[in-house]
Amino acid sequence: MNFWQLLSYAAWGLSALMLLWMLADAMSVAKQYDEEYLMSSREGADELTGQ
Amino acid sequence: MSNASTSAAGSERISMLKVLNPFHIWALGVGIVLVGEFMGWNFSVAKGGAYGSLIACWVIGLLYTCVAMIDSEVTSTVAAAGGQYTQAKHIIGPLMAFNVGLYLVMAYTMLEAADALVVGDLMKSGAAALGYMDLETKPFVVFTIAFLAWLNYRGVFMTLTVNFVITLIAFLAILVLFIGVDPTHSGTILKHKELLTDLPYGWIGVIASFQFGMWYYLGIEGTCQAAEEVRSAGRSIPLGTMGGMMTLLVAATLTWFICTGLMPWQYLGQAITPLYDAATLVGNTNLQILLFVATIFSAVASANGCINDASRAWFSLGRDRYMPSFFGAIHPKYRTPYRAIIFLIPIAVSFAFTGLLDQVITFSILSGLLGYTFMSINMVKFRKMWPLGSIKRGYVHPLHPFPAITLFALCVSVYFATFLGYGSTLLSIMGFYIVASIWFTIRRYKFVKRGDQFTMPWPRPEGY
Repeated sequence: MNFWQLLSYAAWGLSALMLLWMLADAMSVAKQYDEEYLMSSREGADELTGQ
Repeated sequence: MSNASTSAAGSERISMLKVLNPFHIWALGVGIVLVGEFMGWNFSVAKGGAYGSLIACWVIGLLYTCVAMIDSEVTSTVAAAGGQYTQAKHIIGPLMAFNVGLYLVMAYTMLEAADALVVGDLMKSGAAALGYMDLETKPFVVFTIAFLAWLNYRGVFMTLTVNFVITLIAFLAILVLFIGVDPTHSGTILKHKELLTDLPYGWIGVIASFQFGMWYYLGIEGTCQAAEEVRSAGRSIPLGTMGGMMTLLVAATLTWFICTGLMPWQYLGQAITPLYDAATLVGNTNLQILLFVATIFSAVASANGCINDASRAWFSLGRDRYMPSFFGAIHPKYRTPYRAIIFLIPIAVSFAFTGLLDQVITFSILSGLLGYTFMSINMVKFRKMWPLGSIKRGYVHPLHPFPAITLFALCVSVYFATFLGYGSTLLSIMGFYIVASIWFTIRRYKFVKRGDQFTMPWPRPEGY
């Protein structure tokens, strides 16, 4: 196995790790927080609008 | 910086973090676009010759200057994610808002897929140059999308700070190449006198080149998506967007000047990486390496910005229930639209795995163009509904309504140009959006909470 093949496997492995991490984190957030709170944002406020 | 606000009812509300400044906005806009200078713009040379491409560069530059001015004014009053979707929602109504939102998601996700394909192809070329010919591109395509999605998931500040650094390096590489070709001594390296010809296909070729002239600037309007995350939308969005547009006009003109002075139009019109080819022709290894790295950086910056923008557009559609409200969630720690980011990963990978770079890019360009066309109508209506003085504006664009009229006329000319080369693609894309509109009207609109989507403290519009 040469350097480039190793690099390809590393790319697959790291991609899978990052995707799994995001999924696991999203599921843990869903367990810890109330759904209503997670979706409670409103259109942004700015000093122009006086908020 | 506040982490959460309290609603009128007393319950805590989550919000995105307001941490960005005008440099981040510049990095978002220029980062998405600059890859078009490294590849793609040169197909306009094949259609209209070198001078035809220069005309396209400036005419389409005018189109995007109008887009940047209009976007800057409207977004300086709407501090909300969603960009042009939010503009359409407030100014026109739900059906146009849905369509514009869908254009944004499709345009950015497809551009992201194309950028990832480019990174994979560049890795393959790099390996081939070092003696390994059989490198698979797919792992690097997936890694690019996965890593950038992960970065976007973890927070907008780091995401756009990374974009600022790599975009700046890519832009500086163009400046270094410009100095490297000794522009003050015409004839030593640059051979414009010998290489520039008349228009090979006449003025119809120039019109046809407009479609690919879009590559010089496609995506600068993406700056608006950050409106909910900048410290001051009224100041940062106009500064970042207009600064980005000036940067792109300089980069596009320099790119044209360098490449047309080194390559005959017949070759340049088909080149895959024209700026890298230009560095190779200069014969300086350091320049060659710099331009190779800059080409990868430009593609990564573009994909990064596209993930940021597509996810904000999808999040906004979810928040207003134009799409399932599940996607309208914000991460309690990183304050990003994390569900929208995750949802768009497999879609981007699917587009990338088709390998159809041409069709993916054409769909992306046409989706953007449909959005610009509606933007001109939005602007005229915006000034009628909320005349100057009725709401606070961070920026007022000059000479209204001429920029809106110019934008509309130029959009029509690009539709015609696209019809000349990609007529069936144009019609099939129109068909796709018509079917989506019918689905929205019949099946989805009943879920939209009509009152809840308008929370900006604006006065009642004139005539209502």
